[in-house]
Amino acid sequence: MTEASNVELKIWRGDAKGGELVAYRVPVREGMVVLDAVLWVQANMASDLAVRWNCKAAKCGSCSAEINGYPRLMCKTAITEYGQQVTVRPMKAFPLIKDLVTDVSWNYEVNKQIPLFTPSEKDMSSSEPWRMQPNDVDRVMEFRKCIECFLCQDVCHVLRAHDLKSAFYGPRFMVRIASLEMHPKDVLDRRPLLKGKAGVGYCNVTKCCTEVCPEHIHITDNAIIPLKERMDDAYFDPLRSLLRMFGGEQKPGH
Amino acid sequence: MSVAPSYETVETDVLVLGAGGAGLRAAIAAADAGARVLVVCKSLLGKAHTVMAEGGVAAAMHNVAYQDSWEVHFADTMKGGKLINDWRMAELHAKESPERVLELERWGAVFDRTWQGRIHQRPFGAHTYPRLAHIGDRTGLELIRTLQDRAVHTKGVDVHMEVTVFKLLKEGGRAAGALAYRRADGSLVLYSCGALILASGGAGKMYRVTSNSWESTGDGTALAYDAGAQLRDMEMVQFHPTGMVWPAGVRGILVTEGVRGEGGVLRNKEGERFMERYDKERMELSSRDVVARAINSEVLAGRGTPHGGAYLDITHRKPEFIKSKLPSMYEQFLKLANVDITKQPMEVAPTIHYAMGGVRVEAETGATTLLGLYAAGEVASGLHGANRLGGNSLSDLLVFGKRAGDAAGAFVKARPTATRTTIDQAEIDAAIAELMAPLDHTAGESPYPLQAEIQDVMSKHAPIVRDGPELEAGLEKILELGARARSCGTGGSNTLAFNPGWHTAQDLHSLLVNAEALLRSALERKESRGAHARSDHPRTEEDLATVNYVVEKTDDRMRVRAERQPPMPAHLAEVLQQSHARYTPEATE
Repeated sequence: MTEASNVELKIWRGDAKGGELVAYRVPVREGMVVLDAVLWVQANMASDLAVRWNCKAAKCGSCSAEINGYPRLMCKTAITEYGQQVTVRPMKAFPLIKDLVTDVSWNYEVNKQIPLFTPSEKDMSSSEPWRMQPNDVDRVMEFRKCIECFLCQDVCHVLRAHDLKSAFYGPRFMVRIASLEMHPKDVLDRRPLLKGKAGVGYCNVTKCCTEVCPEHIHITDNAIIPLKERMDDAYFDPLRSLLRMFGGEQKPGH
Repeated sequence: MSVAPSYETVETDVLVLGAGGAGLRAAIAAADAGARVLVVCKSLLGKAHTVMAEGGVAAAMHNVAYQDSWEVHFADTMKGGKLINDWRMAELHAKESPERVLELERWGAVFDRTWQGRIHQRPFGAHTYPRLAHIGDRTGLELIRTLQDRAVHTKGVDVHMEVTVFKLLKEGGRAAGALAYRRADGSLVLYSCGALILASGGAGKMYRVTSNSWESTGDGTALAYDAGAQLRDMEMVQFHPTGMVWPAGVRGILVTEGVRGEGGVLRNKEGERFMERYDKERMELSSRDVVARAINSEVLAGRGTPHGGAYLDITHRKPEFIKSKLPSMYEQFLKLANVDITKQPMEVAPTIHYAMGGVRVEAETGATTLLGLYAAGEVASGLHGANRLGGNSLSDLLVFGKRAGDAAGAFVKARPTATRTTIDQAEIDAAIAELMAPLDHTAGESPYPLQAEIQDVMSKHAPIVRDGPELEAGLEKILELGARARSCGTGGSNTLAFNPGWHTAQDLHSLLVNAEALLRSALERKESRGAHARSDHPRTEEDLATVNYVVEKTDDRMRVRAERQPPMPAHLAEVLQQSHARYTPEATE
């Protein structure tokens, strides 16, 4: 074991009415992550320090915060990564409840608006187990890795800077819709949703979400851009518009 | 506080405590039966401990090994559980889990596939055939996400997140409601219901080194016990053989059995593949109790790794294979321990993982001994006996979650007015006063070191190998800690708003009930069986193979008594006798 050293950990303390950064000196143990340090402060210096965490192994996505300004999971960030001074703030894109805990309930409301996985009648009524080739499911596997830490939502400027939660579902739910749309057995057309309430058009492909994803999901390249293409294909393809004009093709979603 | 704080009353048909696999599956089933269902959980939805399940869900679908059948799965489960399992539960579980897995697929879960396009199944400890349907090493995440999406889109299901239940309420001998506080603001809720399903998971937090999260404080067992329901097999807690040991900050975090399922081998510091000496036939894929004790013995014999464990090595596999089959293990070791598992061995040691014991339930319905109260998943007992096989937990959640939901749904249907309860006001006031007490004397002992002390006592006195005098001494200390916990404070703050100090003070009671039940039951079981190993009673007593220890509160005291199981019906006994099938997993690369 190396000699114990200290780190100055500044944690944002307060609620919706206001607050401040409070500094704590934390003895560093080998292999300590930011979450360990925060929990050490809670057990030894500030018993009412509010923080969410569960698995402590980057599998549940509970301990999201902004560490030295960067949206990360506290359980996956070594305390030594930022030297002697570490500042932890709550996610900024969501209303604050207390200290490091924010109100992320909006995300759960959005999820309810996305129609469930919908297989065909034939598949549903078949008594045989489904056959799907590994190649056919590989594509959605990536999206299903999402641990709902909401860091992508936090960093998305449409939600963070412009607070357009009423117009855009955010990267997490683009990933969710992609996982349904690209599922080999799903038959529902979610393009009207993408164009309408989900607002995929709001994303202008800055890839910030991809950069912060702890599961390394290629959110922009593999989920959002293909979804944009699907929607464009249905609504903004000039040839198809012409066809529709002459009644040759129906609008999507009908 | 002189005046009891006010509470909001919420009425529902079926109240489900816990939103892991069992709770969500139960909620869907109860709603499908026509009930209004309310799921209450301590964390956010989708964060329950089920997400930590890695290896897979056990179901005899024979996609990989055509010889597999429910009979073999049943026999594996009974033998792995060292025969004290509830045989009816083991039978139902083995028969129904394939159906439950296929149902998940129809709800949108995406499993790894075989080249013929079927659900792939991997080998796992003490399963005769490759049986675990999986999604890389994140099966639990897929399971919970599928159920979560299904539940929130099921008519009649509502979810209250970050709410902790601290008391079950009865009316005329029937479970009729629960008192809870909202973690965010400390406000109180009285849930009034027709039936109640416990799906609150385990109690790993009574130990220091555990794979469990802060939530696993054994609330369900404690709530049921306090309400007068019986507990069973409380001495049986599982040490998972492979938890991380280094660095200190990550000690206890799970290393999936999938590593061994995919060919990983265990070695001591001398490079010896020591499992040869403990289970020559099954080697690393022996049952968890055997592997955990083997690692423990190697360390005690001075053959442990620098940080007191064993080496788990999978470097003989190709890097691409490791990264595709064990992606989160690769990531976990790289990020948290700076170890590249495609090039270096992992250091592992046993970690507290799972409670086989819990609330006593009836096999078919999950009904507890208290009318209107049901339990499913880790909080319930019976299926796993003295040792759980890997992969049998996720299938347990699905099979018995559904059964409990069906039964609770039918129970309320038969009693349409049961949700409008009149619960004794004095009982409510007393429970609230107890809840609020730590806020009144904030300067009392801090709950954090108290929790740590409980963990230290259990780690020292009820370790992987136990003995009578140590258990006795541990029990004495736990009772003493109980007295201190009753008058503890919050660590200094009296705020109701998201106050983890106050919440931790509440958790102590649950931990203490579980710890006391474990110690008392372990003292009663004078033999070694499965997860329960005693150095002063090293033999497995044949006569105790049909005995379970039942815990109950009588005259305000915890009592433990032995109870003999009814004899196994002939058709099951025959299955058990005939099963000698053995299967050595072959490389499938």
